[in-house]
Amino acid sequence: MDKTAPAAAEDAVARLVRGYAPPAGVADEMLDAAGQVRPVWRPFLDRFAHLSAEDLSRRFARGDHYLRDAGIFHRQVDEGGASERDWPLSHVPVLLEEADWTRIKTAVIQRVDLLESVLADLYGAGWLVREGVLPAELVAGNPAFLRPMVGVRPPSGHYLHFAAFEIGRAPDGSWFVLGDRTEAPSGAGFALENRVATMRVFSDPFDHDRVHRLAGFFGGFRDALGASARALDGRMAILTPGLGTETYDEHAYIARYLGMMLLEGEDLTVVGGRVMVRTVAGLKPISVLWRRLDAAFADPLELDDRSALGTPGLVSAMRAGNVCMANALGAGLVQTRALLAFLPRISDYLTGAPLEMPNIATWWCGQRREREYVIGQHARMMVGPALSQELPFEATGDTLIAGRFQDGRDADPAMWIEKHGRDLVGQEAVNLSTTPVWEDGAFRPRPVMIRVFAARTASGWKVMPGGFARIGASEDATALSLRRGGRVADVWVVSPDTVPTESLARSDGPFRRAADSLLPARAADNLMWLGRYVERAEHMIRLLRAYHLRLAETGRADDPRVERIGAHLEALGVPREIAAKGAVSETLDAAIRAASKVRDRFSVDGWAALRDLRADLADHSARLTPGDEAARALSELLRGTAGFAGLVHDNMYRFVGWRFLSIGRALERAAGMIATLRDFADAEAPEGCLDAAVEVGDSVMTHRRRYQIETNRETVIDLLALDARNPRSIHFQIALIRRLAADLPGAEVSGALSEPMRAILRIETQLATAEPSELDDRALRKLARGVAGISERLTAAHLS
Amino acid sequence: MRYDLTLEIGYDYGAPAPSARCVLRVAPRRVAGEQRVEAERLRVTPEPGEIAYRTDFFGNSVTEMGFTDPLQVVTVRLSARIERLARPPQLDLTPRLDRLAAEIGTRSALGPESPDHFVSASPRIGYEPAIAAFAHALIGPQMTALGAVQTIGQALHTHMTFDAEATDVDTEPGHAFAEGRGVCQDFSHVMIAGLRAVGVPAGYVSGFLRTEPPAGQPRLAGADAMHAWVRAWCGAETGWIDYDPTNHMMVGTDHIVVAVGRDYSDVAPVKGAVRSAGVQASHHSVDLVPLGE
Repeated sequence: MDKTAPAAAEDAVARLVRGYAPPAGVADEMLDAAGQVRPVWRPFLDRFAHLSAEDLSRRFARGDHYLRDAGIFHRQVDEGGASERDWPLSHVPVLLEEADWTRIKTAVIQRVDLLESVLADLYGAGWLVREGVLPAELVAGNPAFLRPMVGVRPPSGHYLHFAAFEIGRAPDGSWFVLGDRTEAPSGAGFALENRVATMRVFSDPFDHDRVHRLAGFFGGFRDALGASARALDGRMAILTPGLGTETYDEHAYIARYLGMMLLEGEDLTVVGGRVMVRTVAGLKPISVLWRRLDAAFADPLELDDRSALGTPGLVSAMRAGNVCMANALGAGLVQTRALLAFLPRISDYLTGAPLEMPNIATWWCGQRREREYVIGQHARMMVGPALSQELPFEATGDTLIAGRFQDGRDADPAMWIEKHGRDLVGQEAVNLSTTPVWEDGAFRPRPVMIRVFAARTASGWKVMPGGFARIGASEDATALSLRRGGRVADVWVVSPDTVPTESLARSDGPFRRAADSLLPARAADNLMWLGRYVERAEHMIRLLRAYHLRLAETGRADDPRVERIGAHLEALGVPREIAAKGAVSETLDAAIRAASKVRDRFSVDGWAALRDLRADLADHSARLTPGDEAARALSELLRGTAGFAGLVHDNMYRFVGWRFLSIGRALERAAGMIATLRDFADAEAPEGCLDAAVEVGDSVMTHRRRYQIETNRETVIDLLALDARNPRSIHFQIALIRRLAADLPGAEVSGALSEPMRAILRIETQLATAEPSELDDRALRKLARGVAGISERLTAAHLS
Repeated sequence: MRYDLTLEIGYDYGAPAPSARCVLRVAPRRVAGEQRVEAERLRVTPEPGEIAYRTDFFGNSVTEMGFTDPLQVVTVRLSARIERLARPPQLDLTPRLDRLAAEIGTRSALGPESPDHFVSASPRIGYEPAIAAFAHALIGPQMTALGAVQTIGQALHTHMTFDAEATDVDTEPGHAFAEGRGVCQDFSHVMIAGLRAVGVPAGYVSGFLRTEPPAGQPRLAGADAMHAWVRAWCGAETGWIDYDPTNHMMVGTDHIVVAVGRDYSDVAPVKGAVRSAGVQASHHSVDLVPLGE
């Protein structure tokens, strides 16, 4: 900025914040108690004030665009399935002074160390309960207390490796904790994405040299996990509940970002007390699991026996000291709401020191004096389940807030608390600070809460210098406004000096190529099916186009050729109109579903291409008339599938996963071509169907050049089935599969070919030696069975 | 009383099922002063690739097995010789119900025998308003803990009918209570829910019943398969007592204890894919014969 004109800048900032009026009685992040702009915000506001409305909206759009391209959406999962909406980024970051931050950091480290000691005691010696510091029933009656873990010392020596804390700023300006997250804390990956998006918004001329970077945060954590993994002779991986969870995108993002395997319970099996992952090359040991799956679901044998997400024997492997879990199973116990009531005492008992950052004042109503206090004060409190693992503002129906039940029931609060005391806690209704959001061309104050993250590294706890801010939808400063419809924002910790850069990749040490990552069998299976579904959709679109072209030509739906293609389509489940609902869109949905399960291994561009394709289809199908117009729209869609194929072919690294994707495509293409030939090159087929087959096989030009005659059955079979140089022919697909499969693990062991390789070679040889006339319908049917057999054998050998 | 016990559990999958892992809780528990296990042998066919023995949080013996090859038929056969010692009859020294809570509070600890584990809801037994109301109507603050156990047990015996067809292993206690029917698991879950509702810590016991009754006595219900009953904590002095609601009786030398826990989920005899995945047919037989008869 122009340093020679401070007065002008002053005016611009003053104009910008004029009319910004935080509610009385709460702190504000941008303005101090006297209503003056806090110094840490001033340089940012100076620059902000000089952006035109157009420039601002362009910048905001840039951030949103980045998020959409990166595939970051706000997912909601309920009984009806998953739905997505745009990621609700509030583009204006929350700015914190470094000095403020340092105090938060120190307090967070004290707190996470304390929680570690509490876990070690509750799953170990049990002094806290025996000495009466913590009531026994809050542990023994707590579903988060996992009895199989009692007396099991985690192999790393630690219960906690990664934790999050929800913090807010009180009216007096100090920070306090609203809740602890130790089970499987989410948000750190989203914080990184928020940062990238926000930096796109506030790129030049914003000066970022003083904003602490987030990139280094994960490095030490990953290194520590990696060291534990090597010490236990295995690999590290992230354990996710899968697509059914709202934070799955984050799991996939972190897995990609850190280059870790993303596994689900069914990928794992326990053999001889060791956790093994099923890969395309057989079972391989896993020794560290960064667990994003709630512990109760982790092992149906010893934890919740109704879990379908877990791995039988996981607890046993942990007991045997062969797998380190981050966090240990059972670590969720200390995020119990009622514990907040006792943590100040526990801190004193275990460490002799008070908490450096208080938590939200909490009273357990299982104690007479506390219960009476809560009954007396309930109008100024939230009263809810004592053993809840949720944050205070995530209130269930039976929560009493300011004297009113959330589910609207009409009951006497005092009697209710008296009767159910031991199941309840009272928590003070807190007021959060406000932070500016940009709305209708002006800053508006909205309550904010920040999730901060701590990760254990070889040199102790590291706290992410930033965080995941959640911003309320309305001005209501109680934490409750965060429940629904809120937004999220980046958090900038701003230093008075330039901060050093740090990135994820370590720059010290000699150059070393990271070991090839293992490909889990389930991921390979999904990649193969992704290939199949995309090809299947493309094939259907080609057939549809052939149908509509004939329709446009003849103008008659009862033309025999039109009729034959239409019947063929119907046999595939494809209605003759391009319909939004139908086999094509279902197949694309299936492709997207398969891709969703391997997002950690799949390029962001490929993902975007698939989604675009799906959107285009929906777009076209709504407003097209059959015939020529439909045919043209279908041609456009084909360019979309070609784009996807190009991305896969040109950009995807030749990992084993790419082989399975390509094999899937080739298998499907072969199967589709066989079916097409059986219907269109049949002796009974109406005249003109052979041309349709050549067209569906995208080989019109080639046919003309190679044979220089009209199509007949022999030329068509020769070109579409037997010609090894035609990239659409069956022979070409089988030869391609053979080359791809030859590099799969175990394809050839001491000169002996694997089952799938033998099946592939048999078929390839048949195709290489056959004459067109030999390939009658019976032979084609046999060929179809052979292709299905290849798929089955590959699945048996590598994918189960 | 000394017994020879034979238990056989078998599963047939019809076709080879993928390799599986499971845990068993079938071996008799060693209980100081009450139950001695003189000999014990577990045979599993086909022989599992791995097998490990340990005790769980509540002190029950657990056998964990892993099969490496696909399974078609699995058989678990347990034989044991057990001595069951009679507990001398006792005067009712248990505290009044209105004083029991205070006694629980004085014994704060997280050990497996601590009543604190058995006070509130557990995985299979939530708070059941109908059962709670039923139990509350039967007792008064003056009643002793033991009195409450026997009163609620008797009343349940009247309210519920033994019916092997009415429920299954996943039936919720509230449902069994409303239907008024069930097997030993249902009787026990319902009674535990009732006891907890009136403040008596209560847990679940799995075990065996003597197959043929002594001469002149009726055969007990539930003797053909593994049985279940209730344990209730009746104050610091008396500790845990066992009550069989299916047969409305205090547990004596006709009962052999296998495992204790908060509810069925803690003591299920077989857990894992061996039991759940595509079983076509199963059998389960128990023979508990007194020695020298």
